[in-house]
Amino acid sequence: MKHARIAWSGAIQQAVEADGQLRITQGPHKGRCVAFDEVVWLPPLAPTAQARTVIALGLNYADHAKELAFKAPEEPLAFMKGEASLIGHKAFTRRPADVKYMHYECELAVVIGRTARHVKKADAYDHIAGYTVANDYAIRDYLENWYRPNLRVKNRDTCTPIGPWLVDAADIPNPMALKLQTTVNGQVTQSGSTADMIFDVPTLIEYFSSFMTLNPGDLILTGTPDGIVNVEPGDVIVTEIEGVGALTNTIVAA
Amino acid sequence: MNPWTSRWTPKGTVYGTLLNFRREWDLWSARMTQDPHKAAPQAPVLYVKTANTFCPAGQDLLLQDGVSEVDIGATLGLVIGEQAQVVGAVLLNDWSVPHTSYYRPPVKFRCRDGFLGLPAQVTSGQVQDWATLQMDVRRNGERVQSVDLRGLMRSLPTLLADVGEFMTLQPGDVLMVGSDCLADGTRPRAKADDRVEISAPGFASVITTVRGAA
Repeated sequence: MKHARIAWSGAIQQAVEADGQLRITQGPHKGRCVAFDEVVWLPPLAPTAQARTVIALGLNYADHAKELAFKAPEEPLAFMKGEASLIGHKAFTRRPADVKYMHYECELAVVIGRTARHVKKADAYDHIAGYTVANDYAIRDYLENWYRPNLRVKNRDTCTPIGPWLVDAADIPNPMALKLQTTVNGQVTQSGSTADMIFDVPTLIEYFSSFMTLNPGDLILTGTPDGIVNVEPGDVIVTEIEGVGALTNTIVAA
Repeated sequence: MNPWTSRWTPKGTVYGTLLNFRREWDLWSARMTQDPHKAAPQAPVLYVKTANTFCPAGQDLLLQDGVSEVDIGATLGLVIGEQAQVVGAVLLNDWSVPHTSYYRPPVKFRCRDGFLGLPAQVTSGQVQDWATLQMDVRRNGERVQSVDLRGLMRSLPTLLADVGEFMTLQPGDVLMVGSDCLADGTRPRAKADDRVEISAPGFASVITTVRGAA
C-alpha cells in the first residue's frame, strides 16, 4: 500500500492511494476520496516522540563518487540532517540569489519500522517499514572541508523534499534493483539503479546499528548516482524511483 | 518528584558547533589552510546529536562497541522557543569518541547511544545572561577543566545569527555553543567507573557515571 500524509479540509489527514485518488483512512472523513490536486502533500511520515534521526549518505554510488572526483569510500560516508529540512511533494525549494551551483539528488529513502541495534545484514529487512523518495539538494558554493558535507550545504530550510508516498516494504520485494530517474523541466538528467549502491540497504542498517540505535520513523537517505546538474528558479524537478513514486519540486528564488 | 517531569529531554533536534573556542581555533589555525581542509571554515561548522544519544539525568553512560575512553564535552545548550528565540539554556555533556580529524562528519564519534549527558531541567533566560558564564568539569571530584564562555569565537548572538542564515531553528531545538579544549588541544577524558560532573552557577548540573560493557 502507498501511504500519504496530507493537509485537506483544514486538518492533517492520513490517506492511501486508491485508483488514482487519495482515500482518507482515519477521522471524520474516513473513506472519502480526494484528488491529488486538491491536497497539500506533507512528508509521508508519522510524527515521532523525539527528534527523528535522518541519516544521509554521501558518495554511495560508484559513478557519483567518480563524478565528484573521489575514490569510493571504504566505509559509508554518512552525515545527519535535522527533520526541519524536510518538505513534502509539490513544494517549493529556495535557491539563494548569489549561488552558482545548486543540484538535486534523487535518493531511495528507507523508513525504519522496528528498533534496530546490532542487526545483521540477513535480518535487516525485518526492520524496515517502507520506502519513499527523497531529493537531497546541495548548494556546492557553500561546501567547506570541515565535517564535509557541512550543514550549510546539506541542512537548509526547504532543501529536502520527500514523498509523495511511504510504500510498504512488502510491496517492494527487491529495493536493490530499482530504476532511479530525475527530470528537469521534463528532460531526463539523471538515471541509474539502486543496484549500483556501494553499500546496499542491509549493509547500511548493519553498519549504523552496530554503534547506534535506529528507531521507528528514522530515515536513511541512501545516496545518489551521477547526473547532477545546476537548477534555477522556475525549474521543475521530478525525482522518481520505480515502484516508489515520483516526487515533484519547484525551485524558487530566495 | 514525578519522574515524567524531572527527567528533561530535548523536544527537537540538537545541533553542536565545532571550533567555537579561540583556544582550539588558535591551535588549529596553522593547519587550517593545509590539506584536506585547504581553508579556515567560514560558516559555523555544525553537527547533529541524534535522539539515541540523549542520556537523561540519573542514567549512566555505557561504553560499548569497542569504545573504552571518551572525550568530555562540557557545553551550554541554547533551548529554542517560538520564532527561533532562545527561551532557556542547559548544561550538556557532549561526549565524543576522541578524533583528531575534522574533515568528515563525526557520526561514528558523536552519535553513539547515550552520548549526550542531560541535566534534570532547563534554566530560563536570555543569551545576555550567559555571556560570561563559567563552567567547571570535575572527574571523580577533581576539577579537570574550567570553561569560560568569554573564550568563544562566535558570541551567542553571533552564532545564532550565522546559523539562522541557512537554517531556521525550531521550537524545542537545542543549539550547543561548542566545547573548549585543554592547553594541549585535547579534551579531558573519561573511562569506565569515572564520575563526571559539569556545573555552573544557576544551572542544573550534568552528573554521569561511566560504565564499561560487562
